Amino acid sequence: MGAVAAELTKADVERIAALAHLELTDDEKDLFTAQLAGILHYAEQVQQVDTTGVPPMAHVGSERTEREDEPRPSIATSDALANAPDAAPDAGLFRVPRVIGG
Amino acid sequence: MTLLDRSALAIGDDIAAGRMSSAEVCRAAIERAQAINNTLNAFNLIDADRALARAGEIDRRRAAGETLGPLAGVPVALKDNMCVRGMRTTASSRILENFIAPYDATVVQRLETAGAVIIGKTNCDEFAMGSSNENSAFGPVRNPWATDCTPGGSSGGSAASVAAQCVPLALGSDTGGSIRQPASFCGVSGLKPTYGRVSRYGLLAFASSLDQIGPFAHSAADCAAALSVLAGPDPCDSTAAHEPVPDYRAALTGDVRGLRVGVPRRFVTEGVDETVRRAFEEALATLQQSGATLVDIDLPHARYAIPVYYLVATAEASSNLARYDGVKYGHRSPAAKDQGLKAMYSRTRDEGFGAEVKRRIMLGTYVLSAGYYDAFYLKAQQVRTLLRRDYEQAFEQVDVVTMPTAPTPPFRLGEKTSDPLEMYLADVFTVSVNLVGLPGISIPCGFSGSLPIGFQLIGRMFDEATILRAADAYQRVTPWHTRAPELGG
Repeated sequence: MGAVAAELTKADVERIAALAHLELTDDEKDLFTAQLAGILHYAEQVQQVDTTGVPPMAHVGSERTEREDEPRPSIATSDALANAPDAAPDAGLFRVPRVIGG
Repeated sequence: MTLLDRSALAIGDDIAAGRMSSAEVCRAAIERAQAINNTLNAFNLIDADRALARAGEIDRRRAAGETLGPLAGVPVALKDNMCVRGMRTTASSRILENFIAPYDATVVQRLETAGAVIIGKTNCDEFAMGSSNENSAFGPVRNPWATDCTPGGSSGGSAASVAAQCVPLALGSDTGGSIRQPASFCGVSGLKPTYGRVSRYGLLAFASSLDQIGPFAHSAADCAAALSVLAGPDPCDSTAAHEPVPDYRAALTGDVRGLRVGVPRRFVTEGVDETVRRAFEEALATLQQSGATLVDIDLPHARYAIPVYYLVATAEASSNLARYDGVKYGHRSPAAKDQGLKAMYSRTRDEGFGAEVKRRIMLGTYVLSAGYYDAFYLKAQQVRTLLRRDYEQAFEQVDVVTMPTAPTPPFRLGEKTSDPLEMYLADVFTVSVNLVGLPGISIPCGFSGSLPIGFQLIGRMFDEATILRAADAYQRVTPWHTRAPELGG
């Protein structure tokens, strides 16, 4: 486990970039390979801590925050579409590049 | 300076009593903001028309004898990651460069209900990710005390706008120190309330288990007045707590006799600049002379706070920032027009995000990915539990915990930009507070040459009243918070 970060390769960075939907330039890939390896190597120190039987923190506060699932007014469709780079306001839709076929 | 070199409360009182009009004060604030912006780059947007219209309305309502809110007519600035309906809200990112918010953040509603007048949006690190304000797509903010130095980050513009006396009150957000560290660097008071104390509806999310909105001002008393306006539950934010909101100003008794102040000696001795250490020791001595008792405490897991923070915060950021994909709002890459949806996402995000945001999305995606989740993310959340236990044990013996806000005075622009890890280490004393959810305030406690130094008071969950009382008591007997930088304009 201790060697995880030191082994970080450019191929790892490419895999992570694909997961994150980031098209990195070649320079960015080289830079991030070195920088992320350094940061992860530093972060590995958490692995020295004995956490046997320690639950991971799930909530910062302790109180119940559920509420009834009741419909309430929200912003108008036209307002929600107003910032879209490409929209069909009359249809109330966002427009995106073709996904299927073409 | 005549109109703006005083506290928000004093300005509010003058307007309420008719000694000054809100229009007069807000015009002065806008002129000051415009004048210093060429030098400091503290504002992304100054909306004079909207502000003067609102100020005029406050003046008319006062003249008509209406009862006005506690901040009536007071000019305020907002970090540019909070939504104001109809106003550009960018998070200092290219990806949101032309985003016009379709609704008001709850803090905006509360400020305006209290009569405050928003004059503009302040520059910050992109999506609040940074400790120097150098990650803004619109250029760094400069420190009003020394323009070759950083104002701190990420809420650097808000801190600088108060320090430069454009506004007596500004809002920032604090995920790992982004209110307290710039407050320290700019010589102002900055409060990070308890997790859940202030609604985050309308705050552009960075790390949802850590983010909190809070005020910058010239004094703890003004922070108390602002918190009374901002705090409380909100049906639009399920994480906004239902804990009762006390009268924070009434808590400012000036009396700290018997207050037990915990000092984590082992944690605060290593790697602290000598001028910061000396100012911190003098602050401790002042608190003691005022009747507080100093108690040595230990926070054995605090040394892991930086790695835990950068694992947890980046994981949450990678998830929160998935929404910026060129579909609903913001930048869309024109280059990928004919290459399908996925190419559009990836190209848009590469063009729209700056280097630090990409670095954090990458790191967060990595620590959440199969094979590394247990070793990094889960482990960090376990150490986070241990850190919470450290503080719980400390608060059995003490009422507040204190430490320096930052290990150094303001550093020079460019000094840490080539090494992200070195920049992260600047947050050593602030991040643990966010990881546990506690309230913390940074107040000025001295100078390193001409550069301000602050220290931090940290309280129990929802006990802002005690840290505000201690900070206010300290400010009643010290001059540091009354100093102002000499600036042209």
